[in-house]
Amino acid sequence: MSRRIWSFPGGIHPEENKKQSKGTPIRSIVLPERLILSLQQHIGRPATPVVSLGETVLKGQIVAEANGFISAHIHAPTSGTVTDIAKHPVQHPSGIESLCIVIEPDGKDEWIAHEGINDYTLVEPDILLNKIRSAGIIGMGGAGFPTSVKLSPLADNRIETLILNAVECEPYITADDLLMQEKAHDIITGLLIMAQILKPENILVGIEDNKPEAIHAMTQAAQNTPVEIVVVPTKYPSGGEKQLIYMLTGKEVPSGALPASMGVVNQNTGTAYAVCRAIVHGEPLISRITTLTGEAFDKKGNVEVLMGTPINHLLEEGSADIDNINRLIMGGPMMGFAISNIDVPVVKTTNCILASSKDELPLPEVENPCIRCGDCAKVCPVQLLPQQMFFYAKAQEFDKTKQYHIMDCIECGACSYVCPSNIPLVQYYRFAKGNIRRQAIETSQADKSRERFENHKERLEKEAALKEAKRKARTEAAAKKKAAKAALSTSSTSGSAENETSTSNEQADETKLLILKTAAATASKKFVEAKKSLAMAEKNGADNIDTLKEKIAQLEEKANKAKDILIAALAAKKSEANQTPAMSSEPLVKENEEAEIKINQLREESVQAGSALKSAKKALLAAKSSDTTNEDQVKTLQETAANAKGKVDTIKAALREAIKEQKALLGSGDESAPVTNASIEATEATEATEATEATTKNKTEDGQ
Amino acid sequence: MDVITAVLSILAMACVFGIVLGYAAVRFKVEGNPVVDQIDAILPQTQCGQCGYPGCHPYAEAIANDHEAINRCPPGGEATIHELADLLGVEPIPLDAEHGEEKNLPTVAYIREDECIGCTKCIQACPVDAILGAAKLMHTVIVDECTGCDLCVDPCPVDCIDMIQIPVNQQTWNWQRPAGIGQVNGELIPVRNIP
Repeated sequence: MSRRIWSFPGGIHPEENKKQSKGTPIRSIVLPERLILSLQQHIGRPATPVVSLGETVLKGQIVAEANGFISAHIHAPTSGTVTDIAKHPVQHPSGIESLCIVIEPDGKDEWIAHEGINDYTLVEPDILLNKIRSAGIIGMGGAGFPTSVKLSPLADNRIETLILNAVECEPYITADDLLMQEKAHDIITGLLIMAQILKPENILVGIEDNKPEAIHAMTQAAQNTPVEIVVVPTKYPSGGEKQLIYMLTGKEVPSGALPASMGVVNQNTGTAYAVCRAIVHGEPLISRITTLTGEAFDKKGNVEVLMGTPINHLLEEGSADIDNINRLIMGGPMMGFAISNIDVPVVKTTNCILASSKDELPLPEVENPCIRCGDCAKVCPVQLLPQQMFFYAKAQEFDKTKQYHIMDCIECGACSYVCPSNIPLVQYYRFAKGNIRRQAIETSQADKSRERFENHKERLEKEAALKEAKRKARTEAAAKKKAAKAALSTSSTSGSAENETSTSNEQADETKLLILKTAAATASKKFVEAKKSLAMAEKNGADNIDTLKEKIAQLEEKANKAKDILIAALAAKKSEANQTPAMSSEPLVKENEEAEIKINQLREESVQAGSALKSAKKALLAAKSSDTTNEDQVKTLQETAANAKGKVDTIKAALREAIKEQKALLGSGDESAPVTNASIEATEATEATEATEATTKNKTEDGQ
Repeated sequence: MDVITAVLSILAMACVFGIVLGYAAVRFKVEGNPVVDQIDAILPQTQCGQCGYPGCHPYAEAIANDHEAINRCPPGGEATIHELADLLGVEPIPLDAEHGEEKNLPTVAYIREDECIGCTKCIQACPVDAILGAAKLMHTVIVDECTGCDLCVDPCPVDCIDMIQIPVNQQTWNWQRPAGIGQVNGELIPVRNIP
């Protein structure tokens, strides 16, 4: 049965250079002096060490646990002692060191207790998946994505096709080829285990037609199984995940999507073998097949190498001429990277060590200007526009490169390979992609900071508002306390049974009024005294009459002013009381107060009128007694006295009226009203006696 | 007659379009000033106040409303100035040195914990609440939240806060831009198309 093969666009046919390492079977090598296990052998978060310094570990024991979902366990490749957990140079193009666990083998190669499953077909997929996860298996093609994650696609992604990627399109590398030749049965078993988990309709194996031995071996192994071997024409980069899926199924995986969303899962040959070892034998992923190739190696070929083996051990193993190495490359020449430190250890994704001589891979030539030949666009397997991306990447206009879909670039290097101007296009793309990723991280961090800053601001505002409210409450409480104190003192000094007003404002007004009242009273008292002294002086014929008169005038003015202020204050209070009757809790009290004020006012007036009457009478008496005054003067004086008397009478009547009103208002329970009444009567009485006295005096004088 | 018809039809159309536009203005009214948000999105959100404004959003508002200069953000540096220039349609201008210099590497605050006296002054200064601690207890910086704005350094009475550069790790490392025309890039693996 022949299957239709789709051909992806572009691609190149570089010199394969696979013969060098293909001739000999897979060798095993001697145990290195130490094994350096990088904690970051996979995509995702680095594993967390679970062993301590000096601890003895057994072969297959977990030394570092997966940290999170996208991460993988790391196991001890052989028995020995943990001698160091420290930073060490690792497989990274940057040369940056990262945390590693160093194990010194004891040479016993003693396994930890482990058990395989005899018949995996009877086991639940979940258990198989857990076993694969605990074996620390990751995609061994190069990216190192945890296999268990890949094998548990989202529920709505129905997997139709499981593809085994046995293409190995990169020049020089023969690790998968040799593995298929020697372990075809195990690979097919691993593939069937994965098929049991995913339950796909088709199980395909894609192999390039430049590996006839592998094809033969795999076809043999796949007999009587649902696995279908598909031979694809040799073309770089047919081993790319999306390219192989297109070749075998005709499905194009959209930009930014995972193959699982198209119902396809792609696994590497080495991964299938590791799955078989993990399920059938219970062995975790502790070794892999790595190709040792390049002119500098004397014994080229494939070796089974323990994870963590330093490269220099492999160079020794391959009898490499270290002086002849021009360039040491981890991975293939197209997608690998040069390493500068031969102490770097092998990791789960190391499929090739290429120690090239000067003639084999000379230094790159000088970069020349782009001549816009368009060859790069012709070979691009993703049908991007390498020229445009190059211009924008060079100008650091990363937004533009993004618009040209630089993130879909698989960095296969086909464009660089064909460029007649020797432009290192892939490196420009990597530079741009790194910056785009960095910018994305920075943007997300900025968003986080913005959110935190806004929360911070909001919190400060809330705190300030709370503080302000507290401060307000405190000042209010203090004012109340003060007012209460003041009210207490006034009530004790005045001794009057005036109703205490409830609010502090009213209390303050009251105290103000009280002060004004006393001021007015003292002013008028002084005025009266001064008048008296003037009269005395006049009588005695003293010299300082003029100054006294002046003083009196001043005092009168003062007294009037004080009275005016007092009256104004009283009126204001009255109007306030009228305007805000609702303010008072008891309208009766309010009215009572009003009456009181009125009475007080009237009393004041009556006192004034009374004093005026008194002075008038005195003046009249004086005029009458003296001989110099004529009749007219006496007459006018008598008139003023009569006027004053009338005034006093009317005021007194009004006062009585007011008191009566207040009495009626308060009822019989009021005590202040009778007192006021009595006081009025008393003053009346004294005035009456005075008046009678005056008249009698007058009469007697008249009689004289 | 034709003239009247023409005038009337133009008037009728004007009325119709007026109503449509009026409705659209109400229905699709944009709340706030969208330019401010766009500028704010470009600014690095370190909230350091080096521009003279109390945070990135106030600076964005000043740029949008008061025509403030776009070269006052040292943490953003040249890249931010270019982005702002693109957005606002003005010429990019060099960074104003008065407001500080662009840092080459991102920094993060670090409190020497033995020396910290627990005065909480740095906590009050931090615009993003990235410092943890209480009075008379040791403080520490939440590294992931620190924007490296330096605002906590000055208030510290015992000078126990250092601004340290974040070392490049495997995740944050990036490929260098190739040297360009006429240069040889030694790191590259030359795969040549030998005919």
